[in-house]
Amino acid sequence: MAILIIAEHDNQSLKGATLNAVTAATQIGGDVHILVAGAGCQAVADAASAVAGVSKVLLADNAAYEHQLAENVSLLVAELGTDYSHVIAPATTAGKNLMPRVAALLDVAQLSDVIRVDSEDTFARPIYAGNAIATVKSLDAIKVITIRGTGFDAAAAEGGSAVIEAVTAVHDAGISTFIGEEMAKSDRPELTAASVIVSGGRGMGNGENFALLESLADKLGAAVGASRAAVDAGFVPNDMQVGQTGKIVAPDLYIAVGISGAIQHLAGMKDSKVIVAINKDEEAPIFSVADYGLVADLFDAVPELDGKL
Amino acid sequence: MKVLVTVKRVIDYNVKVRVKSDNSDVDLNNVKMAMNPFCEIAVEEAVRLKEAGVASEVVVVSLGPQAAQEQLRTALALGADRGILVQSDENLESLTVAKLLAKVIGEEQPGLVIMGKQAIDTDNNQTGQMLAALTGMPQGTFASEVKVSGDKVQVTREVDGGLQTVELTMPAIVTTDLRLNEPRYASLPNIMKAKRKPLETKTPEDLGVAVKAHTQLLKVEPPAQRQAGIKVASVEELVDKLKNEAKVI
Repeated sequence: MAILIIAEHDNQSLKGATLNAVTAATQIGGDVHILVAGAGCQAVADAASAVAGVSKVLLADNAAYEHQLAENVSLLVAELGTDYSHVIAPATTAGKNLMPRVAALLDVAQLSDVIRVDSEDTFARPIYAGNAIATVKSLDAIKVITIRGTGFDAAAAEGGSAVIEAVTAVHDAGISTFIGEEMAKSDRPELTAASVIVSGGRGMGNGENFALLESLADKLGAAVGASRAAVDAGFVPNDMQVGQTGKIVAPDLYIAVGISGAIQHLAGMKDSKVIVAINKDEEAPIFSVADYGLVADLFDAVPELDGKL
Repeated sequence: MKVLVTVKRVIDYNVKVRVKSDNSDVDLNNVKMAMNPFCEIAVEEAVRLKEAGVASEVVVVSLGPQAAQEQLRTALALGADRGILVQSDENLESLTVAKLLAKVIGEEQPGLVIMGKQAIDTDNNQTGQMLAALTGMPQGTFASEVKVSGDKVQVTREVDGGLQTVELTMPAIVTTDLRLNEPRYASLPNIMKAKRKPLETKTPEDLGVAVKAHTQLLKVEPPAQRQAGIKVASVEELVDKLKNEAKVI
């Protein structure tokens, strides 16, 4: 039995989400291979070959795969996938875009957002926005799976020495073209990779007030997030959103500031190790999941907290 | 150009979900059902394309029990022209739904297919991508902007870390994200008018697709409940707890 993991990368570096998928694959058991499909992505393959527990890296380096368009990469993965018992990708937007297309080409189901491995064919996954956990058995010969990173620890990025094998198959469906992208620039860690997150909600009042959280975040080496209410109110861009419809996070410390704690938000952060809530409404539902709650006006409490760190 | 849009009947998003006591599934008895919110956004986008003169006809399709006619009527009240129900009381998995929709597309030949990115019941986020694979169409998933020009559609996609824009050769499949548009409400006259719009019912057998199970649901459980912790009286106490008790800073 061998497992193929689709690497999450930007042609330059291997993204951390791949390492959580490696841990999930190790729990299933069997040889673990990583596919790096991109263009000019040798450095990614080198990084993948160093990941502990990986025995082989497949490198498909071709212009057709440069932007990892699902129309092209799915054909490659479906061709390679027939040699594997499991094909796994992180449940990132890239994985979610690609993997169902692969599954359909292989005529199998996909199990989305897996958070627990019970056996080689049985997995747990959240349904109804995390309000229920389903245990599902796959009846297919090839299991196509996306892994929710918060359910698995990251595998060690060093210590492995996998062989790198070139894949020469080129698939260009010729029906889609990459036009451009606008990526948010930030010196802070990415939300899904941060060990500390400071998040603001509607209580922040406006976008300028997020400067209070940014200052606090810089002291803690934290990422800055937001609730959907803050995003919908136009305070901050949507890629900062933590919640069922945004990023799912599980840092060591999550500080929720001026966030009431709607179910949709809790679904995105309730697996954090320690949760702190600062809110002036002592009835706010966020306090029912917080390890430490502080009923206070955030405009007093946040600067004070910042000063004491 | 014909636009095909899909809608799913799901539990209303305001309803609190309860797991059955025998852990066999979620309890849907006597629960309010509604159109999946992402499908509402899909219907809205299709209707706007028609209002802008880009689309000539909006066909809405649902798959599920007879009661899913309600959601089709809602879509017709919102501005779709004609409905198709693929009726089945069986559990239709994403791959089966995609196979059925591929047959409907074969008959209808739309230029654009707009679907919700995921349904809020199973949270799979699969059907659009699977349908694209089965029909050989390009896909613009998690769309926050859709622009049709000639035989191409430009889709701006919400991806981790920002936005990506791709150009697809039509026919193409678009799946909607939350910020694509704000769906309208149906007016009473339009609800009345929708009752007279054509609604056709087919079965999986009519479409020549066998309903097959690729997965087996073993059990459904409530998620582990997080215990509420303590309230601290001051910022000073909070810092002390984080440093000395939780040891996270």
